[in-house]
Amino acid sequence: MIAFENAAYSYGGGELLSEISLRLAPGSFHFLTGPSGSGKSTFLKLCYGELLPTAGRVMLFDREVRSLNRDAVALTRRRIGVVHQDCQFLDHLPLASNVALPLLVSGRPTPARDLSDLLSWVGLGQLATALPPSLSGGERQRAALARAVITGPDVILADEPTGNLDWERSLRLLTLLVELNRMGKTIVVATHDLNLIRQAKSQISTRVLRISKRRIQLAGADL
Amino acid sequence: MTTPGPENFHDRIVPPSGAPAWLTSFTAGAMTFLAVFALALSLAADRLATRWASALDRTATIRISAPDDQMDLQTKAVLAVLKETPGIASARALSVEETRALLEPWFGPDLPLADLPLPQLVELTEAAQGYDGQGLRLRLTAEAPGAVLDDHLRWRRPLAQAAATLRVLGVTAIALIGLTMAAMITLAASAALAANAQVIKVLRLVGATDGYIARAFTRRFTMRAAGGAVVGALAGTAGVFLLPAQDEAGGFLTGLGFTGAGWLWPLGFIPLAAAIAFAATRLAAFRTLKGLT
Repeated sequence: MIAFENAAYSYGGGELLSEISLRLAPGSFHFLTGPSGSGKSTFLKLCYGELLPTAGRVMLFDREVRSLNRDAVALTRRRIGVVHQDCQFLDHLPLASNVALPLLVSGRPTPARDLSDLLSWVGLGQLATALPPSLSGGERQRAALARAVITGPDVILADEPTGNLDWERSLRLLTLLVELNRMGKTIVVATHDLNLIRQAKSQISTRVLRISKRRIQLAGADL
Repeated sequence: MTTPGPENFHDRIVPPSGAPAWLTSFTAGAMTFLAVFALALSLAADRLATRWASALDRTATIRISAPDDQMDLQTKAVLAVLKETPGIASARALSVEETRALLEPWFGPDLPLADLPLPQLVELTEAAQGYDGQGLRLRLTAEAPGAVLDDHLRWRRPLAQAAATLRVLGVTAIALIGLTMAAMITLAASAALAANAQVIKVLRLVGATDGYIARAFTRRFTMRAAGGAVVGALAGTAGVFLLPAQDEAGGFLTGLGFTGAGWLWPLGFIPLAAAIAFAATRLAAFRTLKGLT
């Protein structure tokens, strides 16, 4: 699905990630952890083609990312739902439009019932007409998750999705991600919240990857 | 719940307000307004050229200057020569009243023409096949020494050149206006694209192709340019309509109005402005998008 083959990424003369080789199998659930600035967001950006590896190869759905033209990258992104750390909304459009954005830009129909059900699933059924700036951090994170899953993507990438949430809301969001994984979606969550990881491991089979010294390694049994 | 239908969503995807959007409408309106006047100038030049050509092209004048006692004889001789010359459709001697009418605009109505030694004028109309001007001049010299043929060539040539130059100026003005509009709208679109970098980033992240994003911007700018052009075309046409009507003298400045179906021509600038805006915005959008991941 997504595979790294000895991939590296350098920026400004320094290497942020190096010798990354891993494969995200369909239906797997990975946590990605590491200290701030270790390269978690960079790794996720390599996963959806916003950044290109400076060495090695990144394969997205069996195609080398550097071989994709701009439109092919866009079409590939429709198969990958991303929950960004800062959510990334169009502030002038109501929440329902923002959540439906991936469907609308791909020209697919947006059944009102499905949209309503999705917003209710993330607990935002009453906020369909609200503008993003009026939402709380937790509401924005859940809306971002709804937008990430609306097209039924094969892969969901979440970058610090609980960064703005209290523990109760973090658990709620984790439950949504676990539900999606049980539906067969491949999930990657970048987080430094070890309690969240432990909570997830109690519910579902997960692999924890740690970025350390520019490399990704499988975390030990302490997690 | 508000369901975002694609039909109205695409028009709202780019935030509606901002200086670039206003600048596009204003530029399209102002340039269309100017283009209407340039078109009016061009059409007036064309009409003027046609009028001058039709008035002078097939006619010629013979001026007879002779002592009073020979004037009638030479006039009859000239008419006889013209009657026998191939390529002359008709010829007639102008009456004193007609000659006076010709001179009145220059000297005023109170001039005592009877006291002046006026030449006799003979007007001839050329037949379709034309006549041999050089041969006619030679025969006139022999039959009526005081007769001089004026085939209007020395008038026609500079007038035709002036009219052609005016036409070129009009077309050049329209082309420059179009280019200026394209440049201004390209700048406005580039500014809008820069101001909406976040919108573009979000659209790219959710899988929008460059074509989709470019369409969102071109649609907005095309509609704005068309709206501005409607106002500009109507205002320009009204301005031309309000110019003084063409008077009897046929002065150029009072002949700037459109005629007949020509009043509809300014409407052609509306789709033209929209097409320019479409092309300029599309170009700017793809150029900007190429620089993004």
